[in-house]
Amino acid sequence: MPDPDTQITDEALRDVGLLPFGAGKTLVIACGALAREVLAIINLNGLDHLTLTCLPAILHNTPKDIPQAVENAIIAHQDTYDHFLIAYGDCGTGGLLQATCDRLGAVMIDAPHCYAFFDGTDQFIARGEVTSFFLTDFLARQFDAFVWTPLGLNRYPDLRDMYFGNYENLVYLAQTDDADLLAKAKVCADRLGLKFEHRKTGYGDLTEFLTSRS
Amino acid sequence: MSDQDGDLILADLNDSELVEQMMDDLYDGLKDEIAEAVTILLDRGWVPYDILTKSLVLGMQIVGDDFRDGILFVPEVLRSAQAMKGGMAILKPLLVETGAPKMGKMVIGTVKGDIHDIGKNLVAMMMEGAGFEIIDLGINNPAEDYINTAINEGCDIIGMSALLTTTMPYMKVVIDQLTEMGKRGDYIVLVGGAPLNEEFGKAIGADAYCDDAAIAVETAKSMIARRHNQV
Repeated sequence: MPDPDTQITDEALRDVGLLPFGAGKTLVIACGALAREVLAIINLNGLDHLTLTCLPAILHNTPKDIPQAVENAIIAHQDTYDHFLIAYGDCGTGGLLQATCDRLGAVMIDAPHCYAFFDGTDQFIARGEVTSFFLTDFLARQFDAFVWTPLGLNRYPDLRDMYFGNYENLVYLAQTDDADLLAKAKVCADRLGLKFEHRKTGYGDLTEFLTSRS
Repeated sequence: MSDQDGDLILADLNDSELVEQMMDDLYDGLKDEIAEAVTILLDRGWVPYDILTKSLVLGMQIVGDDFRDGILFVPEVLRSAQAMKGGMAILKPLLVETGAPKMGKMVIGTVKGDIHDIGKNLVAMMMEGAGFEIIDLGINNPAEDYINTAINEGCDIIGMSALLTTTMPYMKVVIDQLTEMGKRGDYIVLVGGAPLNEEFGKAIGADAYCDDAAIAVETAKSMIARRHNQV
């Protein structure tokens, strides 16, 4: 497995993804935004039967492209691997990703978004925080690439309240204990004009998803 | 526009040049210029409805087409919408006074549990520009808000919007409630939002899924026309 601190960059995970790493016969196809977390879970739990590959995390900004990208990845690797685990939530695909996985016999996480399963999906839904905007570790690090720039706020800051005027809080769901990242997430909240909340989640339901499938 | 630094002076343009310039300014999201041009055309005796349809709506159609073709992106569309809104703010009271043609009445809102309203606001504005009377319920609406408003205000169309996979199923709750009340046939139900698709619209029993604001307007117009032909 690659060392996530030295061999993987956020920029590569964002724009390119990650080629298969590992010798296991079960391929985890993950969003690039989850690469570090999936690798950490694999290493912590000795899940040698898993191999990880990632699709570019920037697909997050064009959710309609995700089902086809996942399908392409499954087809490309179906002769090499026995099983496929899809480390994505629905991610705004309106159920199309689940339908793709069902059709191709792959198993995906039953959650609307990655931040839902980090928080614990049942708990996340029960909380019903409709006026909260969520960041994970990856999204806090990549805030400009995933939020600020695509929404044009670098060019038109006056649009901020059109996008975020109905939100009240920015909730930073922290997978790791990182003071620098916490400070960065606070700055993100300030930039969006939202109240800040820090919630330590660890890897949430992602751990069980990966460890319960041998 | 001021005459400093060789800037274009809108008041110096003839009508057709000014309308052309308005479409450019709308495309570029220049709110103040649009408001100024609307005022100039009103001063020249233009009927408010003509200003709306022959400049603003046409201009927004170009914006919508370029958005669909991937030439413009959401931030630019929002800037154009802000500019159009500035023009509409001047025209709206005048349109009522001058008895502009009415296409129909629509109640629109974002469904319960969802606070995203950018798409909904664009649709409301474009529908208004096309001559529909709009009752905008805002965000986070339970079924009874849509249904009671549709009944009490005599609406023709119920429009529902959702951005979240978790909230889009609520549209079916509204439609099912209408059906239970025996009122489903009284209204055209249009749905839209990023995670939706045509199949979803059909599955929940909506009359149509609308991919963007321009399609919503065209769909509403054709469905209203079909309704009138049936009567």
